[in-house]
Amino acid sequence: MTFEQAVEKFDPVLGLEVHVELNTETKMFCGCPTTFGGDPNSQVCPVCLGLPGSLPVVNAKAVESAIRIGLALNCSIAPWSRFARKNYFYPDMPKNYQISQYDEPIAVNGYLDVEVDGQTYRIGIERAHMEEDTGKSLHMGGATGRIHGADYSLVDYNRAGIPLIEIVTKPITGTGAKAPEVARAYVTALRDLLRALQVSDVRMEQGSLRCDANVSLRPSPDAQFGTRTETKNVNSLRSVERAVRYEIERQADVLDGGGVIVQETRHWHEDTGKTTSGRTKEEAEDYRYFPEPDLAPVAASAEWVDQLRTTLPEPPAQRRARLQQDWGFTDLEMRDVVNAEAVELIEETIAAGATAGGAKKWWLGELARRSNDSGVALADLGIDPDGVARIETLIAEGSLNDKMARQVIDGILAGEGTADEVVASRGLVVVSDDGALTVAVQEAISANPDVADKVRGGKVAAVGALVGAVMKATRGQADAGRVRELLLETLGVQE
Amino acid sequence: MTFTSTPAVDLAAGIAAGDYSAREVATAFLDRIAETDGELNAFLAVDTPGALAAADAVDAARASGETLGPLAGVPVAVKDVIATEGLVTTCGSRILEGWIPPYDATVTAHLRAAGAVIIGKTNMDEFAMGSSTENSAYGPARNPWNTDLIPGGSSGGSAVAVAARQAPLSIGTDTGGSIRQPAAMTGVVGVKPTYGGVSRYGLVALASSLDQAGPFAATVADAAALHAVMAGHDPKDSTSIDAPVPPVVAAAANGDVSGMRIGVVKQLTGEGFQREVREHFQKSLDLLADAGAQIVEVSCPHFEYALAAYYLILPSECSSNLAKFDAIRYGLRVGDDGERSVEQVMAMTREAGFGPEVKRRIMLGTYALSSGYYDAYYGQAQKVRTLIARDFAQAFEVADVLATPTAPTTAFPIGEKVDDPLSMYLQDIATIPANLAGVPGMSLPVGLDDKGLPIGLQFMAPAMADDRLYTAGAALEAAVGWEARP
Repeated sequence: MTFEQAVEKFDPVLGLEVHVELNTETKMFCGCPTTFGGDPNSQVCPVCLGLPGSLPVVNAKAVESAIRIGLALNCSIAPWSRFARKNYFYPDMPKNYQISQYDEPIAVNGYLDVEVDGQTYRIGIERAHMEEDTGKSLHMGGATGRIHGADYSLVDYNRAGIPLIEIVTKPITGTGAKAPEVARAYVTALRDLLRALQVSDVRMEQGSLRCDANVSLRPSPDAQFGTRTETKNVNSLRSVERAVRYEIERQADVLDGGGVIVQETRHWHEDTGKTTSGRTKEEAEDYRYFPEPDLAPVAASAEWVDQLRTTLPEPPAQRRARLQQDWGFTDLEMRDVVNAEAVELIEETIAAGATAGGAKKWWLGELARRSNDSGVALADLGIDPDGVARIETLIAEGSLNDKMARQVIDGILAGEGTADEVVASRGLVVVSDDGALTVAVQEAISANPDVADKVRGGKVAAVGALVGAVMKATRGQADAGRVRELLLETLGVQE
Repeated sequence: MTFTSTPAVDLAAGIAAGDYSAREVATAFLDRIAETDGELNAFLAVDTPGALAAADAVDAARASGETLGPLAGVPVAVKDVIATEGLVTTCGSRILEGWIPPYDATVTAHLRAAGAVIIGKTNMDEFAMGSSTENSAYGPARNPWNTDLIPGGSSGGSAVAVAARQAPLSIGTDTGGSIRQPAAMTGVVGVKPTYGGVSRYGLVALASSLDQAGPFAATVADAAALHAVMAGHDPKDSTSIDAPVPPVVAAAANGDVSGMRIGVVKQLTGEGFQREVREHFQKSLDLLADAGAQIVEVSCPHFEYALAAYYLILPSECSSNLAKFDAIRYGLRVGDDGERSVEQVMAMTREAGFGPEVKRRIMLGTYALSSGYYDAYYGQAQKVRTLIARDFAQAFEVADVLATPTAPTTAFPIGEKVDDPLSMYLQDIATIPANLAGVPGMSLPVGLDDKGLPIGLQFMAPAMADDRLYTAGAALEAAVGWEARP
């Protein structure tokens, strides 16, 4: 069944669980650093290794981040919230319980508005709670890196104890055929919000933002919810959309064929674009939650919450609307900017002295093309807003033209230094000195008598060919506007 | 002089004054351990080189004119449930056999900072589960008053060490009576401080909301000296109380109970208590009254549910706390033949590494926390806990301290209750309420039964009023004139 047929026949209901690694300097319950990529087990201590006798101490900065996230998601902040132990055995979990929150989370009952094709969807937030991350198992000796076929396994506990916030939506209904795009838009909006809050690196590829997508189908919007599946390992925004779409198609096929959906965890495979069955909920564990006796409840005073409320950044959607107005972009232009993830880059380029149009032209034109070609994100290309703004200034001053500007970009990306350093080292200077140009103008006229005659005869547009010849002769370094003026003057033609 | 019969505070003073060296003192106790411990089995590890090095450091510090800590040169035996960096810590279990902690518990660090000489690690019921030290994986400790008898538990080794003068001081832990009951069985002073008064960081958890480390000593004053060193706020323990340590040393020196209201808990004086225990309890009250105390009766109607609530809360917490012993990071590993799955290795290790009482409580706790049972068991037990705390609060409106017999009986024969867990659990009937409410308690010896075995009396005080225990304890100690030795 095609996706179109699936959503024609069934009404999809989504639920999204997002885990965010906070960017606190230290772990949730100890003083170990949280930096990514350290040597295995180099960022551990008795607490995050769960050694006998060790005890957790709550990272106040993590609680602060959790409250700010809750506030930014329009949640109520619990005046009294508790940690709980989630008990299950797994080798990468040092204590064989995870300190999490259960029935008394820090933030409840909020929402986040997201826009898809001009329509706003209000995504209800059930809760946001604090917990600690687990370590990572590495399965060695097998061909696949999976546990099956491995000779032995190693565990790296550097990640164990890194603070996580889990953000759980209420059931998302009413999205119909837009369900996959709404899912992606929600995770994107959430990512942007978290980035604006500066609470997380929000890098899906590094796992600092992870999404589990719950999908179910029902015959009609007024029917009861169907059985859901939970898809894990969804590690990019694109995958969120694809995985939801795939699950809708798959479940529709099953239901249409008279089958039933099994409540289970499924794994998304980026390469095949499919999900496969993981463990079923029937085998799932009883987590035996109970209040964590090693930690006091978190009592966030109203004063503290109010103070944190004042630290919230402008909501991303509101901010985009304001910037669009300031910059004078059309809706379409602004959407291009947002999709290219260039909002901050353009904002900073303008702040560094460029015009809005100039900043957009470079980031969405030449630089976007290079980003697409190389597969490197715009922000990681190797040129910063200051560099782009400087190029724009040089163009405005008439010391560079567009062609030379591209050479400056080449130089900057090749690591040759700043815009000015590249200009100097490559000798990129616009020739606007009339003396130097006059010779080239005369040569161009002599070499192209036919064209010159046409121009003299009133076909002013034909002068372009002569301009081109001069530009070629000066290896692109001439000021094209001045060349045109000189040619017309020499040929005695007035526009 | 005989170091092994000298109070700890006098030893500290003698070393500080240069009357004798810390090495001489340490050597005397090490010799005493060597003579006696083959029979008593109070120690799981004796750290001769570490103890002598620590003693030499004290002597060197004194020689160079440095200020010495309050327990400088005084040997202390530490229950094997408290982490000691570089010194094996087994919790009396096979599953941690040979585990050497890479860090010190806060209590251990306090001992070292005070100049105390850690002489060894003491025997205990496995993971502090028991009232007789018979649940140790390394054989029972024996009561020095009669080596056919249990010394109480779970801190039996620490109690024996002080009773048999193998160490002037020792540290135990008390989750439901594990300091006070063995103190009573062996004729020494044992104190469970206010919950949160002594850091739990580095104390291998049995039941996190109940565990508390505390001192054993031959005298109330010695116990106070050790208590003062152990206690204090610790940022590494979130349940540690951020308040000054109660003035226990001054209280022990004072011992004036005139006008003090001593509440006798109606529910804990009659039925089920051995005749001599009741008689000596009554006699002690008379002595206290003679010393000027006012004896009042208080009622704590919810205490009768304490044991039931305790045996839901404790197993629940311990089923989770003991999950970390899984063969992956440290300790025993069984069945890892390269073929078996990690789950199988975990299960085989836990099967082989834990003793029957530990397994019993893990199963009880796992069941009590299970989905669908939580409210009826764990949730209900927590409500009882609140009611017991309320009973205490009401009792402390009319009494400054409460008094009960510490344990229903004197020491019983090794093997007698091993197969009767309920009867064993009843040993803690009078001590458990203090753990559930987080209030401090002390047991001190007040007499001997017809067979010549020690009997203990318990005082309890409001949270962070631990000093009242020492005031009452010092008064009663003086009035009883306890001189008996095993």
